[in-house]
Amino acid sequence: MDLQKLTIHELSKLLQDTELTSEEITELYLKRIEKHDKEIGAYITVDREYALKQAQSADKMIAKGKAFPLTGVPVAVKDLLCTKGVRTTCGSKILGDFVPEYDATIISLLKNQGAVIIGKTNLDEFAMGSSTENSSFHLTKNPWNKEHVPGGSSGGSAAAVAAGFCVGALGTDTGGSIRQPASHCGVVGLKPTYGRVSRFGLVSYASSLDQIGPITKDVKDAAIILNCIAGSDIKDSTSIDVKVSDYMAGFDEFEKTGLKGMRAGVPKEYLSVKGIDPDVEKVFFESKKRLEDLGVEIVEISLPHTEYVVAAYYIIAPCEASSNLARFDGVRYGHRSKDSDELVDMYKNTKYEGFGEEVKRRIIIGTYALSAGYYDAYYGRASKVRSLIMNDFTQAFKEVDIIISPVAPTPAFKMGENIDDPLSMYLSDIFTLSANMASVPGLSVPAGFSSKGLPIGLQMMASRFDEKSLLKAGYGFEKSVLTEATDSTEIVDRFCKL
Amino acid sequence: MKISKKDVEDIAHLARLKVDESLVGKYAEQISDILKYIDKLKDVDISGAELVSDASFNINVLRADDPVKSGGPAVTLVNAPERIDDFFQVPNTIKPN
Repeated sequence: MDLQKLTIHELSKLLQDTELTSEEITELYLKRIEKHDKEIGAYITVDREYALKQAQSADKMIAKGKAFPLTGVPVAVKDLLCTKGVRTTCGSKILGDFVPEYDATIISLLKNQGAVIIGKTNLDEFAMGSSTENSSFHLTKNPWNKEHVPGGSSGGSAAAVAAGFCVGALGTDTGGSIRQPASHCGVVGLKPTYGRVSRFGLVSYASSLDQIGPITKDVKDAAIILNCIAGSDIKDSTSIDVKVSDYMAGFDEFEKTGLKGMRAGVPKEYLSVKGIDPDVEKVFFESKKRLEDLGVEIVEISLPHTEYVVAAYYIIAPCEASSNLARFDGVRYGHRSKDSDELVDMYKNTKYEGFGEEVKRRIIIGTYALSAGYYDAYYGRASKVRSLIMNDFTQAFKEVDIIISPVAPTPAFKMGENIDDPLSMYLSDIFTLSANMASVPGLSVPAGFSSKGLPIGLQMMASRFDEKSLLKAGYGFEKSVLTEATDSTEIVDRFCKL
Repeated sequence: MKISKKDVEDIAHLARLKVDESLVGKYAEQISDILKYIDKLKDVDISGAELVSDASFNINVLRADDPVKSGGPAVTLVNAPERIDDFFQVPNTIKPN
């Protein structure tokens, strides 16, 4: 049995049947990371002692018969989530040595279930990027082909799951940062509805768009993690008190009735997007056919403001970022510049030394757009356009249960290909940004491969708080996809130097 | 919208951010390109559109006004780069002569 290939639900069963212990499986993953992660670069921090201590507690929970679905399961978390006593860098030099005094709410929820947090994964600095090339620490490589990026900004989490360096992971998604790396690495990624999961302890990038969600080997695992982390939180006033469903319930429904009666919309505006790779287009049309074969009725819909999504997003997100990142001023935590004898110079030098190029670029765009005389023209207008985008989705979901689209216009691109052309990088987010702008949930499920063997995902979106339908559709779709390519963990084993 | 090198320097000052001199020109060019693209928002008819200021859909969240014990300076100052007792320490606000 290849233990590194186990899903959460498979491992959970073995642990609860006492076929193996959490300590044994955690040790196996730690050794695998030590052996292979030099080649992939999925993690920023792995704390062996911290992980094994949690594994021992999990084994005690299992022995007492108090196990949950995540008890004893090694999971990785994006290094944008605060972990008490464990360095939390946000992929930035400015927080290179920052050790939080508290856990993010979702970390507490994972720990309450006895999950084992095995390490903190690499990301684009403060989640600003689509390739993980903006990390201040190191590059992360795509486990399917190490010349290519894993996507981003949760590239480390997606690569860790694909490479078999953890059983499941948490990412964050502000404009596609869970779904796009999941698609590029051949794994499942779910961005829940805005407000479904507490953001307390998530270091903010763009507060009205950020959301935490799972990156996993299959759809069932995504539901298991969402069952653990969903719910409102007194510590996050933007978390919403809406009943949490059992996200596994849709799977039984699928086994009984398939996806008959479900309607899926294909936005006509998405099909006329320029620059869609022929392999992506081919996989998308095959996926549409698969859904039809499963009984889904496919209809053409319209999201009339699609053309303006990227422009509105790249005003709103940098504006919120410029405000959020002002806190890193060298006073309360993080790096402080040593060579400043005056306060304002200290602020300026601290940020100069601590932030990378993309972060500085977004701070400048955001500060400009929020400055006197420009606010209405940029942030005000973009926010109004956002409400029109939301309205497009509300109208669409009156006709259909889910909306389907590619996740990204191309498979994972080569390292360095887009790094000096920020606008091209931004435009590649066209299919994923809308879910954040409209606050709806979005799922990426592996759907096929490019001619060069790189994974390609299918994106599904549903109306607010209807993660259950989304996961049910994803589960059905996943069952119908037969991948002929080699498993990425085998690729890692074969090519990484031992 | 085109922005100049001087604009980049002025905005960076507003954000209390020092930018490498060698990068100012590159930023001015890249940000001008981005803003030129963003200008397409001017084509949207926003008459009657509401301002989305809050993605949690304007639900006001209140909690009971009960006092809660805080961690105090032992927690809040633990990551301070420089401190004196229970205070954050910063350089002079006015340059010494």
